[in-house]
Amino acid sequence: MATQSLMHRLPPVSVMIAGLVLFIMLILVLFAPLIAPMDPRDVSSYSLIDMEIPPAFMEGGDPRFLLGTDNQGRDLVSVILFGLRISVVIGLGAVLFAATLGVMLGLIAGFFGGIADGIVMRIADVLVSFPTILVALLISGIARAQLSADTMLTWAPLVLIFSIAVNEWVQYARTVRASTMVEVARDYVRAAKVIGLPSGRIMGRHILPNVMSSVMVIATINLAGAILTEATLSFLGAGMPPTYPSLGTLIRIGNQFLFSGLWWIAVMPAAVLVILVLAVNVIGDYLRDRFNPKLMAR
Amino acid sequence: MIRLLSVRLLQAVLVMLAVAAIAFVMFRFVGDPVASMVREGATQAEKDTLRVALGLDRPVLVQFVNFVGQVLTGDLGTSFRYQQPVTSLLLSRLPATLELVVVATVLALAVGIPLGVLCALKPNSFLSRLTQATTLVGISMPTFVTGLLLILIFAVNLRWLPSSGRGDLVDLGLWQTGFLSLSGLKSLILPSITLALFQLTLIMRLVRSEMIDVLSSDYIRFAFARGLPRAYIYRRLALRNALMPVVTVTGLQIGQLIAFAIVTETVFQWPGMGLLFTNAVGYPDVPVLAAYLLFVGFLFVMINMIVDILYTFIDPRLRTR
Repeated sequence: MATQSLMHRLPPVSVMIAGLVLFIMLILVLFAPLIAPMDPRDVSSYSLIDMEIPPAFMEGGDPRFLLGTDNQGRDLVSVILFGLRISVVIGLGAVLFAATLGVMLGLIAGFFGGIADGIVMRIADVLVSFPTILVALLISGIARAQLSADTMLTWAPLVLIFSIAVNEWVQYARTVRASTMVEVARDYVRAAKVIGLPSGRIMGRHILPNVMSSVMVIATINLAGAILTEATLSFLGAGMPPTYPSLGTLIRIGNQFLFSGLWWIAVMPAAVLVILVLAVNVIGDYLRDRFNPKLMAR
Repeated sequence: MIRLLSVRLLQAVLVMLAVAAIAFVMFRFVGDPVASMVREGATQAEKDTLRVALGLDRPVLVQFVNFVGQVLTGDLGTSFRYQQPVTSLLLSRLPATLELVVVATVLALAVGIPLGVLCALKPNSFLSRLTQATTLVGISMPTFVTGLLLILIFAVNLRWLPSSGRGDLVDLGLWQTGFLSLSGLKSLILPSITLALFQLTLIMRLVRSEMIDVLSSDYIRFAFARGLPRAYIYRRLALRNALMPVVTVTGLQIGQLIAFAIVTETVFQWPGMGLLFTNAVGYPDVPVLAAYLLFVGFLFVMINMIVDILYTFIDPRLRTR
């Protein structure tokens, strides 16, 4: 009996594996400069002599380069580690930005109702009918037309975070608004209003903690989407520049060598991307079923 | 009924005006329209003449009204990159995108529905388990990676299928089709599979859950009790009802379809509207971007409105609201 109830409390094996994978990736990302065999940004650390070496497990491979090298002789393990780092940072940034914006607007819409509610929700309705990738591409195009190439280089991560988040806040806003409308009618909020607490304080200190759990679940599910969107944008050439490549940029670069038979330059970063997104998805699905079965699967 | 229709119509017009306003701001304020049109080394006087000729000296609101008027007559400006009217540019790319999207959707429905039914009827069979496991991987696999792998396997290694372009086209006057030549059909295979895969996952999951729902309802249990043949119950009584939401969702997924068509067209260099759009982002060709936004916005508004109106016809309960 005891073991059975313990088994019930433990998440399924697939979720634990996904958690482990994610944990390892996080460690790799945090300590990338220490773990990576070389620094892909330091031109002196690689040379053209080593270019286009296949992965170590293949014929002609070199044990120094586990996943092979690219067209400039850079070790793919190192390049991917740094790329993974950029992908994860932008994904987390976009989720954080979208969640903050969505929670604030959702609280305001649900708490005040009326015109504020109407305006926020209509904007949300229009935005949500446009796919994130399309909106993000448009914003990227506008940014390119407005900023010089140099400015674009430094601002690329922020433009990306903004352009992904600008469409994704809607989900948070809708959920938070619905929960807020329920909480507003409760006695503790009415009491807080009666004793004259300012609205901001009621929203931040009293309502927010009660709606946070669903926000966390949406955030996990969205993280996978945000990483994928970033990768897609970078692949299309509207994301991170080749000087600071994310996984998507690396796949874009590798795509050019597909026909020369140098498949690993594209496939290795793609495999890392898929594993990362799969792990996040598995955990997100689990959290959704566990904590909030009513949240719709996207 | 008429009141409901007119409210929906009014809402649609308002949304379209909002989209038009964004497109107008892009045309007018992103990049300088004058700088993009005058010849190299033009004098300030020449620029000013052009500015007046384009009406850029008038109040912004007047300009916006003029802009809406132009859009309504089908004038979407001139592409910076191709120096051609954007409208004709978009129209020339339309057949490629439509053929790809239609083939992909048919493919997704033709494979997704049977697989979904199978997973609902025989959840423990090997094929259902395999399908279920594959869908999770399928969701996590970005469209461009799917396309890339297909190119690697079927175009680079096996050399069976072309990896880019539309092959030989047959000109049908206004429409250039790839359906009527062998190379055209071969070129269509990889992109349409890529585009179909993400829809397929969704359709399969939806059919499965709807089918399970329907099969546990009273009228199906009653039909079994009456001793009606299984095949008849599954096909005529259960599947029909399970497919209703599938039709709706497939319709509403059109936005996602457009987004993924952009990615697919870029991977396979398929000369449709999506590829035009990605190229415009990199250039950046602002009139094309704004026109594409208008086009997609119009498409969404129309589809949403049609779905809403159809609903009120199908479900009388919604009419009273």
